[in-house]
Amino acid sequence: MPVQCSSCACSRAVLKRPKTGHSLCKGCFFWAFEEETHRTITSARLFDRGETVAIGASGGKDSTVLAYVLKVLNERYDYGLNLLLLSVDEGITGYRDHSLEAVKTNQQQYDLPLKIVSYEELYGWTMDAIVKQVGVKNNCTFCGVFRRQALDRGAVMLNVDKICTGHNADDVAETVLMNVLRGDVARLNRCTAVSTAGGGSDGVVPRCKPLKYAYEKEIVLYAYFKKLHYFSTECVYSPNAYRGHARTFLKDLEAVRPSAIADVIHSGENLSLKEGVKMPVQGTCSRCGYISSQALCKSCVLLEGLNRGLPKLGIGKHHRLHGRILARQPLTPVEEEKMKTLEF
Amino acid sequence: MCQVEEEYSGPLEKTSLPTVSKKCMKCKESTAVLIIRVGDAFCRDCFREYFVHKFRAMLGKNRVIFPGEKVLLAVSGGPASSSMLTQVQEGLSRDAPKKLRFAPGIIYIDEGGACDQNAEEREKTLSQMEAIFRKTGFPYHIVSLEQVFSLPNSVLEPVSCGPERPGSSYKAAVDQYLQQKEVNQRQGQLATEEAQDAVAHLSVQASQVSPEHKQALEKLFSSLKTLTARQDMLQTLRQHLILHTARLNGYSKVMMGDSCTRLAIRLLSNISLGRGASLAVDTGFSDPRYGDVVIVRPMRDYSSKEIAFYNRLFGVRSLFISGLGTKTSNKASIQQLTESFVIKLQADFPSTVSTIYRTSEKLHTACPPQTSGAVAADKCLLCLCAVCNKAGKSQHQHYHFYYKHFVDAASASHASLISERLSRGELGMEAKIDPASCCPSGTLDPFSCQREGQGCGEGGSCTAARAPAPADLKSLLCYSCRLTVEDMAAEDTLPPYITSEAEKRWNSMSRLRANPAAPFTRAESQNNRIDTEAHTWAPRCRDKGR
Repeated sequence: MPVQCSSCACSRAVLKRPKTGHSLCKGCFFWAFEEETHRTITSARLFDRGETVAIGASGGKDSTVLAYVLKVLNERYDYGLNLLLLSVDEGITGYRDHSLEAVKTNQQQYDLPLKIVSYEELYGWTMDAIVKQVGVKNNCTFCGVFRRQALDRGAVMLNVDKICTGHNADDVAETVLMNVLRGDVARLNRCTAVSTAGGGSDGVVPRCKPLKYAYEKEIVLYAYFKKLHYFSTECVYSPNAYRGHARTFLKDLEAVRPSAIADVIHSGENLSLKEGVKMPVQGTCSRCGYISSQALCKSCVLLEGLNRGLPKLGIGKHHRLHGRILARQPLTPVEEEKMKTLEF
Repeated sequence: MCQVEEEYSGPLEKTSLPTVSKKCMKCKESTAVLIIRVGDAFCRDCFREYFVHKFRAMLGKNRVIFPGEKVLLAVSGGPASSSMLTQVQEGLSRDAPKKLRFAPGIIYIDEGGACDQNAEEREKTLSQMEAIFRKTGFPYHIVSLEQVFSLPNSVLEPVSCGPERPGSSYKAAVDQYLQQKEVNQRQGQLATEEAQDAVAHLSVQASQVSPEHKQALEKLFSSLKTLTARQDMLQTLRQHLILHTARLNGYSKVMMGDSCTRLAIRLLSNISLGRGASLAVDTGFSDPRYGDVVIVRPMRDYSSKEIAFYNRLFGVRSLFISGLGTKTSNKASIQQLTESFVIKLQADFPSTVSTIYRTSEKLHTACPPQTSGAVAADKCLLCLCAVCNKAGKSQHQHYHFYYKHFVDAASASHASLISERLSRGELGMEAKIDPASCCPSGTLDPFSCQREGQGCGEGGSCTAARAPAPADLKSLLCYSCRLTVEDMAAEDTLPPYITSEAEKRWNSMSRLRANPAAPFTRAESQNNRIDTEAHTWAPRCRDKGR
């Protein structure tokens, strides 16, 4: 006996929604997904009319779906936005070069302008070269810090007002869990915000996550049924990341209770910290002028470490050494030795 | 790598693994007999000292237990609570250098009815527990879970705090107690005191379990469809029973034996259940949400490994009593899953539990302040935590016709509700209305929904055929208690004290709603506007709706 769509009750259902368990037909599912994204955008007031918005496009399923849905909603609800694609090339062979091909296809299909910024031109290092120096255990730190700055630099070059990324509900929930496990209360406070505070100060473009409440499984279903073209392989360096543990846990939670992902986000949104907990204060980096809570921003510290052949300079506490690095003084042999140790 | 404040590891020299044949790191004389944490080797006596000192320090630092106070010890028979019982015994014994000064009682809850144990097993466990309790000499109360069906409504009523007792008066209270004791001794009242103690040793046992209550309990637990919901409900009922027993017998504090490991697991599973707002009280040292009875957790600094070692070395008797989660798979419920996750992660990253513990210390509960004017509607019926979402994240509050209070429009709970309604076709493609409203009638005035026909019942597409008259339990609950109740097949299997309190609150809220002049929640009076001019660009039919 064929199951009827629970929304329109006239056509046959073709899928079961992972988020609520309802059976829906294609048209109703598309409508539900797009409408939810629209509600997220409007209720959080993510955009203003006439803004230029850069979509962080990696060629993966999240950014492909984000680009597609934003384009659809921009036309349907007349947001009046100026959309373009911004992509970051980290220099990981076998992974990033293929996904960039997918982004170029997106650009042609959706007819949006595309800009690619690469680590090589911004910092002088590709991820492959970094991994050769650092090893496979701490490389994700480098990639993440550099990418954030690369996105901001690219956005400033293109003169955009906002950046939006394809972070989905699973990502936000994993981040909440990971921050609890690592004890990072400062990030815990901010990670569930749908957009970052910003605008005004140089080099900082506000970022937002329109897909914040969309489950990863639904994004995959949407891309599948709409026949969108995307690149779907894991980063070759990802198996050793700590986030993997939080991800496995979250997937198991979802198997027990499908609403667990939304519940984790709900908990994260309602956390509050005691007054008097030490929080980092936002300032600027004294070398590059980017925002930073220390004297030197993290990417300057990491780059310094790479350039000097001290790969562990950015990993772990090093506040005492900031002054010396700024003044370009040499470090003592003991400290140098500490920072050269590699872990493979 | 896994911690934010991680120091450099030292240079790669050959580090010797700590072995048991090393010397104790504290006294450096005797041979070590155990290793706790990562590399700390202790000998037997130093370990005992360390363990006992931690307990005293935890009570002394927090200064919530006043001398002469009656404290109820919640003992489940497991290793942590048995260890706590031993510590209290040792602390109160005459030869301890700094005696603890409070009057303890013990409570044990027999949960066999929920866990499908037969009568013999329950009898056997009970007699073993009684033997342990009699040896301690404290008054004990054995309560069976079935008694939940004879609890009064007053358990759920929020009680305002007792008089404030700031730290400075603690010293005064201690001095006063000591003086009183001296006076008593001089007047030879010591003998009378001992006699009174002897009388207090009489056990206070529950009456025999009535078969209707037994059946009702079985019905309740079988109507809960998932193990997660069952464990959550059991926890709630347990808290209520302990609270009621404490109030009935004049105890103002309750000590729970939750260890550090157990609290880290509870923190993570509460996050997964949606209890983010109440994390601080659920896992902190003191839990003041019940007002007159404060729950404290003196064992929260001990890892389960330390407790196990102590029990083994010093002969603390504990029983294994099977619970709801025994013999189920790792993934049977959220609580089980979290437990196996944390334990496995702890093996690879030994600082996991202590990091989570430190995170919980930095949290704080966003509860509505316990003023005398606090409306009961602000607190969840079952867990007594704040019902309203934290305001202010998006400055855009929505009157939620279903939850009956204000929720942040840009929040996960709102997004979930929109998904539900979209999937049921309640917000069809033709209703491209102003997105600020979640009510299909298109009007944005919250009260028009109510006046039009008793809770949108007549609206038709608004709700799933909710009858106007009976109390809607779900609107009185917080996010996660609502999830538990949604897993129930039949809400009427809940114990009568819950259903009658729900009726009472629902009726008083309906009366307030019928009189629109009176604001019925504090949040509503502050945020009475609904953003009509919510968005800076116009969906095509914005002008039509209003």
